[in-house]
Amino acid sequence: MAKTPLQFRHNGRDVALFVEGGSNLLVVLREMVGDTTPKFGCGQGGCGACTVLIDGDAHLSCLTLAETVEGRAVETLDGIKNGPNLHPLQRAFADGFAAQCGYCTPGMLMAAKALLDKVAQPSREQVVEAISGNICRCTGYEPIINAVLAAAASLRASA
Amino acid sequence: MPVTVKTFQAVGEAASALSSDRGARYLGGGTLVMRDLNEGDVSIVTVIRATDRALQGIDAAGARIRIGAGVTFARVLAERDLGFLHPAARSIGGPAVRNMGTVGGNLFAPAPFGDFTVALLALDGMVSLQGGFGLRDMPLEEFLQSRDRQAGALAVGVSCIRPASTDAFRYRKIARIKPKGGSVITLAAHLPQSGGRVTGARIALGSMAPTAVRAKAAERALEGRPLDAAAISAAAAAAGEGTAPADNSLASAWYRREVVGVHLRRLLSGQES
Ligand SMILES: Cc1cc2nc3c(=O)[nH]c(=O)nc-3n(C[C@H](O)[C@H](O)[C@H](O)COP(=O)(O)OP(=O)(O)OC[C@H]3O[C@@H](n4cnc5c(N)ncnc54)[C@H](O)[C@@H]3O)c2cc1C
Ligand code: FES
Ligand code: FES
Repeated sequence: MAKTPLQFRHNGRDVALFVEGGSNLLVVLREMVGDTTPKFGCGQGGCGACTVLIDGDAHLSCLTLAETVEGRAVETLDGIKNGPNLHPLQRAFADGFAAQCGYCTPGMLMAAKALLDKVAQPSREQVVEAISGNICRCTGYEPIINAVLAAAASLRASA
Repeated sequence: MPVTVKTFQAVGEAASALSSDRGARYLGGGTLVMRDLNEGDVSIVTVIRATDRALQGIDAAGARIRIGAGVTFARVLAERDLGFLHPAARSIGGPAVRNMGTVGGNLFAPAPFGDFTVALLALDGMVSLQGGFGLRDMPLEEFLQSRDRQAGALAVGVSCIRPASTDAFRYRKIARIKPKGGSVITLAAHLPQSGGRVTGARIALGSMAPTAVRAKAAERALEGRPLDAAAISAAAAAAGEGTAPADNSLASAWYRREVVGVHLRRLLSGQES
């Protein structure tokens, strides 16, 4: 079957490739672009481990038909670091023990980033809402919520 | 198995392609279609998309508001004029699902999904369908009753009435996992009153049948009566009539039938759930 050309921006860089019809964005990112930061958890939209930002909004890459990102900007965990420095969200997760096995962490960070990019001073409720599509089997969520609030404070302090 | 993806600019062309190909599935936000593809559903041979701006329109100016089928729940939530639909939109999935899932896709979502459609059904919803036959409007209730046979038709948009007052429209989703989660039961009620009596009540239920349904016996119990304890009790007692819920991991059919009256009573009497 003929493959379809696809171009999009991946963490600020243009990528152009050919995809098989019906491929999801998660597979394209992991297997073709070589960015394994979005994780495969369920492939059904249920866990949020594959969360990426598309034009700034949180999307589930496992449920995104690759063709639909033509010409759009896709941001993954791989793109949030600033050179050698961790992003304040990553720093807060590490400092606040917000990761145990870490499998959910990339999706959590991207869901949280979608919120913090829009809301500088989120309430606890807003943080809970922002990560409500992301399942963590290890942490019990409290350290994650606290880390996101801490990251928001540190981003405000450095703004 | 790879599928052929066909992207059309015009709704009409997408509708023709959809109606002429038995193996074709229309892609809205993809939250359900991609799930099927990821699970290897071989009945999907072609995926059809339309980029037509007509699918993205929101017209909230008149008494009857119109929403394009391609509008996402996140966009509904960003539209101040659609405030009465915000509780329904907010009750769907997490933020990523709301950024992706569309109003059009919700019409086809099987129980325990289809929450937004429950709200539309209580608000005298209509669906605009584009098929090989052209464009036609169909009452949402009729559409839902024949939904299996609508597979080849493209939903272009939906419309519904603006509730008579803020208090006249009530929506509640009963879920085990909060703030998001599939529905145990979803309830919506439009209760216009005139001279202190309910006139033209519409009550819709989700997850009480394969599609959203109206609770007609409960509506009749309220009709022409003041919304008092006696009328509410009568409606609650009749809530389960004509329903056919299913067992799933969220609740059994028995449980749903047992509690639907309790939740309808709470909704009608304005109590917290
Ligand atoms: C994790 C998760 C949580 C969810 N939670 C909820 C929830 O709480 N409540 C809820 O109601 N739903 C929920 N859903 C289901 C789903 O996201 C929504 O029902 C959504 O509205 C489906 O829209 P879509 O555009 O993504 O549909 P798609 O997956 O694109 O399509 C679904 C079906 O509708 C058809 N279709 C789509 N658009 C049209 C159109 N314009 N014309 C004709 N046919 C069309 C498709 O062919 C397909 O058969 C959830 C899904 C996931 C993955
Ligand atoms: S892998 Fe995408 S939501 Fe679980
Ligand atoms: S840290 Fe293990 S799943 Fe979240």
